[in-house]
Amino acid sequence: MSVRLRIIAAMRQIAEEQKVTLPPLGDDLSLHETGFDSLGFAILVARLEDDLGIDPFTIAEDVAFPLTVGDFIGAYENVPA
Amino acid sequence: MSPRERFALRDYLGPEITGRTISDARRTVSLSHILGESWLAGRLGELSGRSVLLAVADQLVSAIAMTEIDGVARRMLLCPPDLDAAHIKTLIGLADIEAVVTDQPARWMDAGVDLVIAAGAPERAVVRARRVQTERATEWLMLTSGTSGVPKIVSHTLEGLTGAIVADGQTRGGPAVWATFYDIRRYGGLQIFLRAIIGGGSMVLSEPGEAIADHVARLRAGGVTHISGTPSHWRKLLMSGSAAGFAPRYIRLSGEIADQAVLEGLSRAFPLASIGHAYASTEAGVGFAVNDGREGFPAALVGESRDGVEMKVEDGSLRIRSKRTAHAYVGQQAASLADSDGFIDTGDMVELRGERYHFVGRRGGIINIGGLKVHPEEIEAVINRHAEVRMSRAKSRRSPITGSIVVADVVLTDGEEAGRDNEIREQILADCRAQLSPHKVPAVIRFVRSLEVTAAGKLARNDA
Repeated sequence: MSVRLRIIAAMRQIAEEQKVTLPPLGDDLSLHETGFDSLGFAILVARLEDDLGIDPFTIAEDVAFPLTVGDFIGAYENVPA
Repeated sequence: MSPRERFALRDYLGPEITGRTISDARRTVSLSHILGESWLAGRLGELSGRSVLLAVADQLVSAIAMTEIDGVARRMLLCPPDLDAAHIKTLIGLADIEAVVTDQPARWMDAGVDLVIAAGAPERAVVRARRVQTERATEWLMLTSGTSGVPKIVSHTLEGLTGAIVADGQTRGGPAVWATFYDIRRYGGLQIFLRAIIGGGSMVLSEPGEAIADHVARLRAGGVTHISGTPSHWRKLLMSGSAAGFAPRYIRLSGEIADQAVLEGLSRAFPLASIGHAYASTEAGVGFAVNDGREGFPAALVGESRDGVEMKVEDGSLRIRSKRTAHAYVGQQAASLADSDGFIDTGDMVELRGERYHFVGRRGGIINIGGLKVHPEEIEAVINRHAEVRMSRAKSRRSPITGSIVVADVVLTDGEEAGRDNEIREQILADCRAQLSPHKVPAVIRFVRSLEVTAAGKLARNDA
């Protein structure tokens, strides 16, 4: 499974657990509009770290937290594995 | 006798009760004849009025040395086997140690203590000790099992240490054979050793590094009727599958929170045993024991004084005032142990739910999740209720989003549940969501084969 698909699958899983109804996950959707709160994102980042072995937001201090779904996925895709 | 009757352990040992023994994995020693022997090579007299460090690696030798030294030495500091050697010099200074009793005398030659006495089993009939007179009430010094740094020394008297034992009275059904998973140089283990001695019973000691199946085989062979350990010890035993055929009359839990899951697990595994959980700490002594099979304790225990123990809850923590609490921390500049009213703050946080107080965790063990305080024990209690979970550990993990999140390591009852991990994970998460606030629900659940337990029998929380 590609990084993108794994991220989307993890988001759907957490949305179900957190009783959040996800809108269609286009690249331009702002993360705010996903319905996830900060805890939801914290869970997502922790699980992706276990699944993919990386946490792009902790590696470098100057990485800004992304604003859109596309930026978020991009942060994982752009990290050299 | 002086107005206040002086007593020492030797007063509970004599040939009157026959067949009393103390044993470890290697030997069995008669307690009925122990007064006629000296395990200190006949040199007990040299310890009269002295401040003695009992640094005996072997638990059985240590036990017998305690019965000799009590009532003779001025004070006796018990060294647990896992004591960091780097702290010994400091402790010797703090406790004004003048003599060392040890089974490894060579190691103590350069320790700066003039008197070193070797302890060990006497050669057959070589040393016949004369009847020793109890001279004084020896001060019992114990070390706290706390975290890092030099352990604190707390001072007890035999009268205080045995207060709960005397209050409980004789064990029903004749003298008991006691056992504990603890080391007897720790408060929880010492309580059991003292119960065996004072109650006219026998004792089966734990053996470091022994496989649990071998330990249980010894417990059965030794006819153990009464046994105590921490909830972590008990979970380990339940997990081992070695409990079959062992049928103690009384099971006691202490040292950690006894949650409903472990109480019920034990009552299923040992249907004939009465199961109690006791609250005690090295500093505060024995607070109470609860025998109704439910977690927590009745709110009625707080407030009035029972058997000389008074408890109150202040700022969320349990506080105890009684004659069984330690008298003081020992050493220069030692912090005071009790507040001005004589209450000791146990640091154990409790919460009133209906008519019962429940332990929620240690004050120092709180993890901070996005600014909200979380007791890992509270989360573990929910996870442990799942039928397929044997034990669990919740802890914080740093998060770039909220600072930290809760994660949990879980040990399943039957080891690996091949292919069912996801299903069980979903069920645990559903339980947590139903019973805990959202920030306490673990973000990640990891299944592990085992969890580290400290030498004191408690779940290791060093990185919490």
